[in-house]
Amino acid sequence: MMAQTTVEPNAGDSGGTPSGAAAGYRPFATLPLRAEFRRQASRRRTQLALGFMVLLPLIILIAFQFGSGDDDNGRGEFGSLVEFATSGGLNFTLFTLFVSASFLLVVVVALFCGDTVASEASWGSLRYLLAVPVPRARLLAVKLLVALTYSALALLLLAGTALLLGTLRYGWEPLRSTVAAQLEPGEGLLRLLAVLGYLAVVLLVVAGLAVLLSVSTDAALGAVGGAVLLWILSSILDQITALGVLRAFLPTHYSTAWLGLLSTPIQTDDVVRGAISAISYATLFWGLAFWRFTRKDVVS
Amino acid sequence: MRSPSPAAWIRRALPTRRRALAAAAAVVVVVLLAAGVAGTLRPAEPDLRTEAALITVRSGPTGDEPVELDTTLYLPPAAAADAPVPAVLLGHGFGGTKESVRADAEEFADRGYAVLTWTARGFGRSGGQIHLDHPDYEVRDAQRLLDWLAARPEVVTDATGDPRVGVVGGSYGGALALLLAAQDQRVDAIVPMITWNDLARSFLPEQSGEGPEQGVFKKGWAGLFFGSGGNPGPAPLGGSGPAGGLAPGGGSVPGGSLPENAATTAGAVDPSCGRFAPDVCAAYLRIATTGRADPDAVALLRRSSPAGKLDRVEAPTLLVQGAADTLFPLTEADANAREIAATGTPVQVAWFTGGHDGGDGPKTDRDRVRHLTARWLDHYVKGEGPAPADDFTFSRIAGFDALNRGLVASGFRATGYPGVGGTGRQPVSVSGPAQAIANPPAGNPAAISSVPFAGELSSLLDGVAGDIPGQHARFESAPLPAAVDVVGAPTVSIRAASPTGTAVLFVKLYDVAGDGAATLPNGLVAPIRLEGLPAAVEDAEPVTVTLPAIVRRIEAGHRLRVVVATSDQAYATPVEPAVYSVALASGAVTLPTVASEPIPTDAVVWRWVLAGLIATIVVGLVVVVAVLRRRHQRRESRVHPEYAGVPLAVRELRKEYADGFVAVSNVDFEVHPGQVVGLLGPNGAGKTTTLRVLMGLTQPTAGEVYVFGHRLVPGAPVLSRIGALVEGPGFLPHLSGQDNLTAYWRATGRPWADAHFDEALEIAGLGTSVHRKVRTYSHGMRQRLAIAQAMLGLPQLLVLDEPTDGLDPPQIAEMRRVLRRYATDGRAVLVSSHLLAEVEQTCTHAVVVTKGQIVASGPVEEIVGESPSVLLEVTDPVAAREVLDRLAGVSVLPDGDGQLVVDTNGTARSEVVAELVRAGIGVDRVVPRRRLEDAFLALVGENSRGSGDR
Repeated sequence: MMAQTTVEPNAGDSGGTPSGAAAGYRPFATLPLRAEFRRQASRRRTQLALGFMVLLPLIILIAFQFGSGDDDNGRGEFGSLVEFATSGGLNFTLFTLFVSASFLLVVVVALFCGDTVASEASWGSLRYLLAVPVPRARLLAVKLLVALTYSALALLLLAGTALLLGTLRYGWEPLRSTVAAQLEPGEGLLRLLAVLGYLAVVLLVVAGLAVLLSVSTDAALGAVGGAVLLWILSSILDQITALGVLRAFLPTHYSTAWLGLLSTPIQTDDVVRGAISAISYATLFWGLAFWRFTRKDVVS
Repeated sequence: MRSPSPAAWIRRALPTRRRALAAAAAVVVVVLLAAGVAGTLRPAEPDLRTEAALITVRSGPTGDEPVELDTTLYLPPAAAADAPVPAVLLGHGFGGTKESVRADAEEFADRGYAVLTWTARGFGRSGGQIHLDHPDYEVRDAQRLLDWLAARPEVVTDATGDPRVGVVGGSYGGALALLLAAQDQRVDAIVPMITWNDLARSFLPEQSGEGPEQGVFKKGWAGLFFGSGGNPGPAPLGGSGPAGGLAPGGGSVPGGSLPENAATTAGAVDPSCGRFAPDVCAAYLRIATTGRADPDAVALLRRSSPAGKLDRVEAPTLLVQGAADTLFPLTEADANAREIAATGTPVQVAWFTGGHDGGDGPKTDRDRVRHLTARWLDHYVKGEGPAPADDFTFSRIAGFDALNRGLVASGFRATGYPGVGGTGRQPVSVSGPAQAIANPPAGNPAAISSVPFAGELSSLLDGVAGDIPGQHARFESAPLPAAVDVVGAPTVSIRAASPTGTAVLFVKLYDVAGDGAATLPNGLVAPIRLEGLPAAVEDAEPVTVTLPAIVRRIEAGHRLRVVVATSDQAYATPVEPAVYSVALASGAVTLPTVASEPIPTDAVVWRWVLAGLIATIVVGLVVVVAVLRRRHQRRESRVHPEYAGVPLAVRELRKEYADGFVAVSNVDFEVHPGQVVGLLGPNGAGKTTTLRVLMGLTQPTAGEVYVFGHRLVPGAPVLSRIGALVEGPGFLPHLSGQDNLTAYWRATGRPWADAHFDEALEIAGLGTSVHRKVRTYSHGMRQRLAIAQAMLGLPQLLVLDEPTDGLDPPQIAEMRRVLRRYATDGRAVLVSSHLLAEVEQTCTHAVVVTKGQIVASGPVEEIVGESPSVLLEVTDPVAAREVLDRLAGVSVLPDGDGQLVVDTNGTARSEVVAELVRAGIGVDRVVPRRRLEDAFLALVGENSRGSGDR
C-alpha cells in the first residue's frame, strides 16, 4: 500500500447540508452562465460563425466595388433596398440584413441553439454535467440563454460591422427607400434597431425548434439541419397562396414583416402579429423541450 | 459494456432516432393542427339559389317601349314565400354586365338578401340603347324591376307593389341608385359608390367656379367611356368599384364570356355610335370635336345627373367615393351629400383610397367599405342593428404592407360631415416670381398627371408624373415645420395673363419630399379656363382655384409646390400656341383639415394580446419555477434514517426500457464506508443501467436508491457527493485535458480549493500531455483523465464503470492501489467490471449480477475463498473418474477435456491425490477452485462467456 500522500481526508466533504449535498454545492450555482459562455466560446464553430458575421459585410462591400451590375428591379416595392444599398451606411446595413435574414441568420441561430445540448450528448460530457449534478432545467435554461446570447451577438455583429463598414465607405447618410420618406440618420438608426429587434423575435421560433430537436437527438447536425429544414418547409408552404388563411399560422408567415418598420409612418400591425406568432411558437417549443429534457433517460 | 454487441447498440440507438423523428413529426402536426383549426372556421360555400331570366319591361318617355333585360336573381337558402327576405337591387358599372357584380351579389345573398342583378340596357344581352341613366329609360327600367321584385313571393313588401329594397351600385350603377331613389319612393336605402353628381361637370370640369360650358374637356376618360359603350368590349368601365366584396363593380368580364352581345340584340349598329342612343352619341361627337360643350350637350348630360333631383330622395343614403379617382372625384360625392342632406334625409359619406384610378384599394379599405355597406343595409333595409354612427369616415394610405406587397390604409372617423372644405384650414405660404409659360400647339407634348383607368398602376405614376419644361410655373413653400393631415380640397389664388385674353391652365399641388421627389397625390389636377385676361400679369384679377380634394399627410420637412401648367394629357387644350404669364395672387395655399379620430382596428386588440401573452408567460414561468423549487426542497431534505450513514443503498431496483427490454429486474445491494465494492457481471447484465440510475441519468421503473439516506432522483443535490465514470470518458475534444477538468469543475460551481486538482492530475499521470487537446489522446489517456475527473473534489462515493479499460498492466496495478487507498476516511468506491480477476484483486466486496439480477454478494474473501472443489488434470480421466466415484462424499462435477472438477466435500485434497496415485493414475496438475469463479461460471453460464471476455 502506498502512503496516503495523494488522497487526504476532507473534513468539508461530510455532507452537512439538509439536502445532503457536498459542501459548497448549490444547485443554482452550478453551470454558471460564465462557464457555459467559455465552454461555447472555446468551440471552433462559435468562432467561425461569429467570424463570418464580421466577414460577410466585408465580402458584400468588396462585391459592390466590382462596378455596375445589371438592374434587375423585379422585387416590388422593397426592391429599393437593393437599389439603395450603396447610398449610405444605414442602407448598406439594411441590405446586408435583407439578404441574410431569410437563410443565413436562420442557420446561425439553428447552429447555436440546436448544437448546444446535442453536441454535449454526442461527446458524452452531458452525463457528467448531469452527474455534477446540474439540475436538468437549469442546464437547459443556461444553455438556452447562452445560445440565445450568442445568436443575438451574431445578429449585432453582422449589423454592427455592416454599419461600420458601410458608414466608412458610403457615409453617414439618411435612410432611403421608395416605400418611405427619406429618414434622417438618427431616426434611421432607431428603425434599424427596431428591425434588429423584430428579427431577433422572429428567430426565436428557430431557436425554439432547434432546442426541441437538440434535446431529442444526440446528433448535433440533425438538430441544426432539422430546424433549418422545418423552417424552409414552412417558408415553402407560405408561398402557396391556395392555403389561404392557414398561412397566417405558419411560423414563417410574418418573417418579413420587419420591412413594414421602414415605411412612413411605421407599419407595426404585422410586426405585432408576427411577434405574437413567434413568441407563441417559441414558448411552445421551449415548453416541450423542457418537458422532454427533464423527463428523458440520458443514455448517450 | 464499453462496446456492446451490435444488437444492443441498435436497440439503444433505435428508440432515440424514433423519438427524434417523433419530435419532428409532432412539430409538423402542431403546425398543421393550428392551421386546421383555422380552416374549420372558414365559412362554407353559400348554398344559394340563382334564377337567370330575360325580363321584358316597358319604359321610355311613354312607358310603353318594351325592352328585354338580362337578369339574375340570387336567393339566400332561407328565402321562401312564408319567410320572405328584403331585397337588394345591384347595378353594375359602365361597360359591364350583371356578371361583373356576381361576387358582390353572392355576398349580399349570403347576408340574407334577395339580390337582383341585371344588365343595363345597351349592354351585354340586354336590349335597347345606352341613354346614360336617363330617367325615362334606365331609371324606368329599374322601376319596373322593383315592380317585378314586389311580385316575388320571397321578397318582403312594405305595401302591395312596394318591395323592401336597397339599391347599391358603383359608378354607372351608383348614379342609377341616386336617380332611382329620386324618382321612386319605394326605395328604402341606397349605397351609391364612386359615382357622379353632375355628369357635365365630371367631363367638363372648371375649378375656378365656372360651369361646364366653360369646362375643360376630360378627353381621356370620355374617350374610354364612349369607346367601351360603343364597342361591346371586354372592359367594364367603372367596374373597378370599391371592394371586391360587397361593393359592386367586381372584376372585368372577359370578352369571350359574352357570346351574344350587342350585334345580335340591337341589330345593325351605327359604327360611329355603337349602342349609344343617337342623341347621346351626337352630343359626345360634338364635345369631343370642339373640346367645348354647347348648352344642348350640357342639358343632355345634366338630364343623366342626380344634380338637381336629389331633393326628392328620401331613402337614407351612404355615399362611398374614392380618393384615387380622376373621373368622379371626391367633390362629386360632396355635392350629392349636400343636396340629399338639405331635405333632412340621413346621409353618410365614406371616402376610401381607391376609385376609378385606384381600384378597390387596400384590403383594410375593402373591408371597411364592405362593413359600412352591410351595416347601412342591415339597419335601413333589413331593420337590424343600430343606426350607423360616424357621419364621415375616410382613410389615408399609411404605407406599404410588407407581407402582401400592397398598400395599407388607416381609417379615420368624424361626427358630422365637414365637406371638402374641412373643419379647419391651415394656410401655408408659397412663393415664386411671375413666370411665363407656353401653351404647346395642339396640346402636344403634354404633361402627364394621370392615365385614365390605369387602375392601381396609376399610383406608380406618382414618380413619373412629369411637367414639360417651359410649359409650367412653380411656386414652392418652405419645408413644413410639422406634418399636416390634409383632408379636403385645398385652395390657392393665382393671377394669369394671356395675349389672347383666354387661357386653359392646370393647377396642381405637389408634395415634395426632402430629397426632392415630388408626388402629385393621385394624379389629380384642377383645370381652369380663364377668359377676359389682360396681357400683363400685373393687371390680372386674382382667381381662386379649388384644387382637387385629397387625403394626404404632408410630412414635416416636406414642401408644397403649386404648379400651373398649360397642358395635360388627359384634357383637351387649345390648339393655338400661346404664351401666358402666371403669378400667385395671395402667397398661400389653404390646406383643409378635419378633426377626426382613428377607427380602432384589430391591430389594437393584437397589441393587447401580445402584452397579455408576454405577461402570461412571465407569470407562468415564475409560478412554475417557484413550485418546482419548493417541491425539490421538500423532497431533498427528507432522510431515510436507516441509510443515513450508508454511502449507497440500492433497493429492489428495476429498469424497463420503453421498448419493453428489462435491463435490471431486481438489484439490491449496499456500499458501506471503507469498502471497494465490485459490481461483477457479463455484458448486458445490467451493470451500466444500474450505474446510470445511480448517476441520475435514468429514471428507475421501480425501487429506490439512497445515498447517505437521501433518495436519489435525477438532479438530486446528493449526487454532488458522488464522483463517476460511467460509459467511458466524455470530454470536450477541442480542449486540453487540464482545460477539460477546469471546465468541469467550473460547471459544479463549487470552490476551487475543494477540487484537489493536483491529486487528480497526479492520478491521471498524463505528464505534459495534459496540455494537449483531448482529441489527440489515446483511449487509455482519456480513461485516466476521466478517472481523475471523477475524483475531483474527493467525493465520498466514487463510481467507476470499467475503470481499467484501455490501461496497460502497470497502470492497472497502480489504479488498484489508488482505489484501495481512496476508500478510507469514510469514503467508498463502487467499481463495475466484467473481469473476474480485476474485481478479485481490487475490491473488498463484490456483487455479482447477471440478467438483471444479483446472484451473489459479500466480502471478496468470502466469495473468493477456497472452495471445496478442485480441478484435476490426470493421465487417464476415465479411470480416475471410477476411482473418485468410489471415494465417499467425493463427487465429480460435469466437465470435460481431460480435466476433472471434483467436489471433495470435506475430504482432504492430499487424500484424493494419494488415492489416484495409488490406483496408478498420473496426476499432472491439482488446481484448487475458488468460490467466486464457481459462482460466476455456474450463474453466469457458458453462453455469456464469448461476449464477456475480451
